[in-house]
Amino acid sequence: MNSSQLFGITTLSYLLSSIFYAALLIFKSKKAGRLGLWAAIFGVVLQTIALGLRWYESYQIGIGHAPLTNMYESLVFFAWCTTLFYIFIELRYKASVIGAFVMPFSVAAMAYASFASRVNQEISPLVPALQSNWLLAHVITCFIGYGAFAVAGGLGIMYLIKARSTSTDPDSMAASLPELRVLDDLTHKTIIFGFMWLSAGIITGAVWANEAWGTYWSWDPKETWSIITWFIYALTLHARFTRGWSGKRIAWLAILGFASVFFTYFGVNFLLAGLHSYGSS
Amino acid sequence: MTTKKKNPVWAFFASVKLALFLLFILAATSIIGTVIEQNKPFSQYVREYGQSTAELFQKLHFTDMYNSWWFLSLLGLFAINLIVCSLERIPNVIRVIKKDNLRIDPDRIAKMGIRKTVHLSCSLDEAVTSVRKFLEKKGWKTSMRVKKDSVLLFAQKGAWTRFGVYIVHLSILVILFGAVIGSPTFAKKILHKPKFAFKGSIMIPESRATDYIYSLSERGKKIDLGFAVRCNLFTIEYYSNGMPKTYLSKVSVLENGKPVVLKNGSTEWNLEVNKPLTYRGITFYQASYQPYPDFLSILRKKGTEGQETKIISGGQQIKTPFANISFGIINQKVRGEAVQQLKIWFGGDGAQPSVFWIGNGQKAIIKRPSGEYELIVKQLYATGLQVTKDPGVWFVYIGCGMMLLGLYVAFFLSHRKIYALIRADKDAGTTVLFAGSAHKNKLGFEKIFSRLVKEFEDKQQK
Ligand code: HEM
Repeated sequence: MNSSQLFGITTLSYLLSSIFYAALLIFKSKKAGRLGLWAAIFGVVLQTIALGLRWYESYQIGIGHAPLTNMYESLVFFAWCTTLFYIFIELRYKASVIGAFVMPFSVAAMAYASFASRVNQEISPLVPALQSNWLLAHVITCFIGYGAFAVAGGLGIMYLIKARSTSTDPDSMAASLPELRVLDDLTHKTIIFGFMWLSAGIITGAVWANEAWGTYWSWDPKETWSIITWFIYALTLHARFTRGWSGKRIAWLAILGFASVFFTYFGVNFLLAGLHSYGSS
Repeated sequence: MTTKKKNPVWAFFASVKLALFLLFILAATSIIGTVIEQNKPFSQYVREYGQSTAELFQKLHFTDMYNSWWFLSLLGLFAINLIVCSLERIPNVIRVIKKDNLRIDPDRIAKMGIRKTVHLSCSLDEAVTSVRKFLEKKGWKTSMRVKKDSVLLFAQKGAWTRFGVYIVHLSILVILFGAVIGSPTFAKKILHKPKFAFKGSIMIPESRATDYIYSLSERGKKIDLGFAVRCNLFTIEYYSNGMPKTYLSKVSVLENGKPVVLKNGSTEWNLEVNKPLTYRGITFYQASYQPYPDFLSILRKKGTEGQETKIISGGQQIKTPFANISFGIINQKVRGEAVQQLKIWFGGDGAQPSVFWIGNGQKAIIKRPSGEYELIVKQLYATGLQVTKDPGVWFVYIGCGMMLLGLYVAFFLSHRKIYALIRADKDAGTTVLFAGSAHKNKLGFEKIFSRLVKEFEDKQQK
């Protein structure tokens, strides 16, 4: 058994978990909800082992570094953070339908990591610039933040669906979602948590850049997008703290914020880089 | 709140609406510089976007937008907004913290959201003592006031956490301050001391030293370091798949031509990516390298002190100070730009010359009639160093630390208060009304509060 096979099974568990949660949402089957949770827990435990194994494998081939250094590894780590954070939320706040809106993010990340041709799955050695503990701290803090923001985005979508539904039918899909008040509060708490980690992520990234190149901030597109994301969430928090925004507006901001996270992560690599390479060729 | 009339400019900058607006504008305009490549030659913009658009970009400073007057002004407004807004509110926070909480009307305590009544069979005085002792033991330092028909105890924790937000706001200012102090533009244009903060780079061939670097912001301009840096050796290590593993420059710092002892206790520093060297506030980073067609030779004679370091080219014959010995490179095997193997001619001291192949940079031991020699010949490289003097970086780092600390305090800690209003009952016994409040995370505090009161009750029943 090697780590990629374990990651494969993890992906399947997350997929199953999403399907069960969807069943909970649509058919209101409590049992499906419990199965969804168990599938998520099984997946995350397996993924933890797989991460450890990949780390070990990297030592075996004489490269030796934590599995957090390229697109593939960060996607996998993102799925891990998101799932872990979601399980925590479910156990703590006993709101299992949320899984139907969060687990798909984990599935998407895992599936993209495994199947997209532009994502290289090999364990590759680290070029000198990447050989830094600050890089590890940077990736870990950023992705904990991203995981939280993914959950917040899912909560935002749920809020909008629930708020839009006018039906009073207790069997409707929206009726099985948690109360608006609960969703609103959870979104807010999740954003706060994510904001802490995003700030730490930007800071550790800056320290790393300064150690490696002597510039802690150079406004390259990736850095700039991370600060844009940070501005969006700072705006969200202030709008709530000081102007009492809540409900739909915060839900939209949670979704916008996650879109910005997503763009920071993918868009910058693929879209902006693409734009520039078209321009210059 | 104050009723004093406010200057409208002050009021404008104290507004949180402005903060929301600025956060939005900063986020939105920052996008521009990620879509339009920054700091490229004008001709490239013309090629990509056409003449008129390129000119428009230049007029709007979109080609170097993060240093443009309008973007820096936005950041300036942001800072002023932050300062004024915080100054406006801090007096209120101090008032809340300094407030005499014992002056509260007992009726208000009876209406607090978090409260619990406990009946005791002892006298009023005994009750006061036992509540007080209990709270103190739990870490709640109490103060007391005797009211008309009751005694009020009060304790609070974490009043200072109300400043958490302002630690965050101050941290942003500290970071911005550090960024200004460390900016080469600020050093040149405002302080008129270009050596106060700069960024530059330099290529140093092995065995050579330099006492200046080239400025990055003004192309071709030299900046004197005030001391010299010598590159003793540059090496690249590769992984088996051909990817680079380490770029290493062995460097020394020379003051008046003499190597000085550095932080590591030696006169030589292993400069690697992610392991910069700071000397007299100037930091050197391993940034690039350049192979040359020439060679660096290091020759040592066993049993003697010192070594001969020379730069030689292929085919050139080198005389050495040792017993007529001379040597040269008569052939080489090259892959790409990198020399792999060298064929050496070594002789001159009477006997038949030694001719042999050695790997680039490997040590050869040559036995001659005049003694035993160690020779290393390697392709000559220049190391490319990025050189920075940034006196603001510590402000930036301290600001970052403050920000994380402040965010933690602001988000996860709260100002908690506990009141105990103790009244003698009509018949024997007393009633203790516990009440509490927290300015954040009320649910968490409610739990702590119930546990505390429950423990008190349990203790009384024993
Ligand atoms: C991106 C920059 C900023 C960050 C990261 C930031 C951070 C924060 C944080 C964490 C809070 C905590 C609120 C709470 O726990 O109650 C807060 C509150 C606040 N911020 Fe900011 N802030 C920023 C910019 C600004 C600016 C420019 C202003 C200027 C108007 C401002 C004004 C306020 C105010 C008035 C509060 C509420 C304080 C209170 O509790 O009464 N912030 N800010």
